Amino acid sequence: MVKTTFNLKVKIYVYIYCSLIQKTPLFNQHINAKAKMVDFHGWSMPINYGSQLAEHEEVRSSCGIFDVSHMTVIDFRGSEARNLVRKLISNDVDALKEDYDGMYSAMLNENAGVIDDLIAYKMEFGYRLVVNCARREQDLKWISSISSGFDVEIDERIDLAMIAIQGPRSLDLLDELGLSSLKTKKRFQGTYENEILAVKTGYTGEKGFEIILPNEKSELIWEKTLNAGVSPIGLAARDTLRLEAGFNLYGFEMDDSISPLACNMAWTISWQDESRDFIGKDALMQKIEEANYHELVGIVLDERTILRQGQKLYLNENKELEGVVTSGTYSPSLKKPIALARLPKKNKKTCFAEARGKLIKAKIGSPRFVIEGKEVFEERK
Amino acid sequence: MNELANQIRYLPSHEWGRIDEEGVLTVGISNHAQDLLGDIVFIELPEIGKQLDAEEESAIVESVKAASDIYAPLAGEVIEINEKLIDEPETVNASPLEEGWFYKIKVIDMEGFEDLMTEEEYKASCLEE
Repeated sequence: MVKTTFNLKVKIYVYIYCSLIQKTPLFNQHINAKAKMVDFHGWSMPINYGSQLAEHEEVRSSCGIFDVSHMTVIDFRGSEARNLVRKLISNDVDALKEDYDGMYSAMLNENAGVIDDLIAYKMEFGYRLVVNCARREQDLKWISSISSGFDVEIDERIDLAMIAIQGPRSLDLLDELGLSSLKTKKRFQGTYENEILAVKTGYTGEKGFEIILPNEKSELIWEKTLNAGVSPIGLAARDTLRLEAGFNLYGFEMDDSISPLACNMAWTISWQDESRDFIGKDALMQKIEEANYHELVGIVLDERTILRQGQKLYLNENKELEGVVTSGTYSPSLKKPIALARLPKKNKKTCFAEARGKLIKAKIGSPRFVIEGKEVFEERK
Repeated sequence: MNELANQIRYLPSHEWGRIDEEGVLTVGISNHAQDLLGDIVFIELPEIGKQLDAEEESAIVESVKAASDIYAPLAGEVIEINEKLIDEPETVNASPLEEGWFYKIKVIDMEGFEDLMTEEEYKASCLEE
């Protein structure tokens, strides 16, 4: 049922590769917690610590801690940092009022395709972007090509680790972790103390916060959190949590051929300042005028089969008007298969998928399923 | 019962078959297979009475990560299925060799049983993957 064959050549390659694979400063903690480690875009990361379903449930009902140190942190300093970042990303960092405020955004190419999605923070020295490790090379190359001529210093912060603490009980830990000042902050607001940037954000749809801190400080925070009874959560549960919450994942809901309009990211484009000339703006305006784009929707199945990325969907039984599943999984909270899908914009209530040789019907609705432990999927009426 | 009673054999594709009573083969998936699949969420079992050929697709197991076909180790008729797995597929993760069996077949010809992989052979083949 699971067929894998490795020849000697591959084994040698794997051996060489293993010696090159990057480890986060929390690698030993994962091994001690009996994590199953996988190669995630060149990083050795925990996929689960036993059961991804149990870990998912733990975050929805209580609290969990995630090592997300594989993410790429890029700092922008200098007199033109603001101008450069306002050109680079589709959201407008001028909307960040206080230091350590953050916002979600896309970084677009000239055709309005998404190069990456990211979180931008306003820092006392300028701006900080947190981007996907899977897109690190493309992002750095792109940023460097755009930044020529700007008075700006760009630093990739490989000296920093990143930890997410998520779940209804997560904020109870703030005192214990020395982050009490974060309590009064709202979503996407943060604090910076003792070299620790802490912001109320996350990728699970639960209350929680993420912290960016020096590598050498990460172990203590991790241990303190575990000692408070919090479970470590692997990348597999992180994926089902983000999918239930309707958060995009690069390479699934979007890529550099997909515009923000077709992946539920129109809200991250700021049109407020008409004089701002961000990359991809002209192409976006043209796309909006043509109004001919696909849309990202949520799909719920009552059948006992999971839709998978790349699977085709049809808006009628004659298999016309094709769309595609961008991410599909089993929702541990709803106990049903769910998916995000890119479909032609026709406002249909149902669509069809081919599974095991037959056509099955699926419900179309909002591209979000569970927020703060509650079902929020709205079926189209 | 003969000397094959309670003996277990494997397919390279990770199914096991065990002679729990004479002429009857209990079928499931290995511990290694459930570990590769991760949390199992759906299981589709064959219908009772179905005639299976050796290595015919007989069931489907779906984890959060992937869906896999389950092949019959030997030819025979399905005489019992483990219905508990429909509502509690996680049983396979917890106990792949005991509680998490899939189905039982009345085997047409036990001859082929000894040609299947022994536990030692199967474990060695897993290490080579």
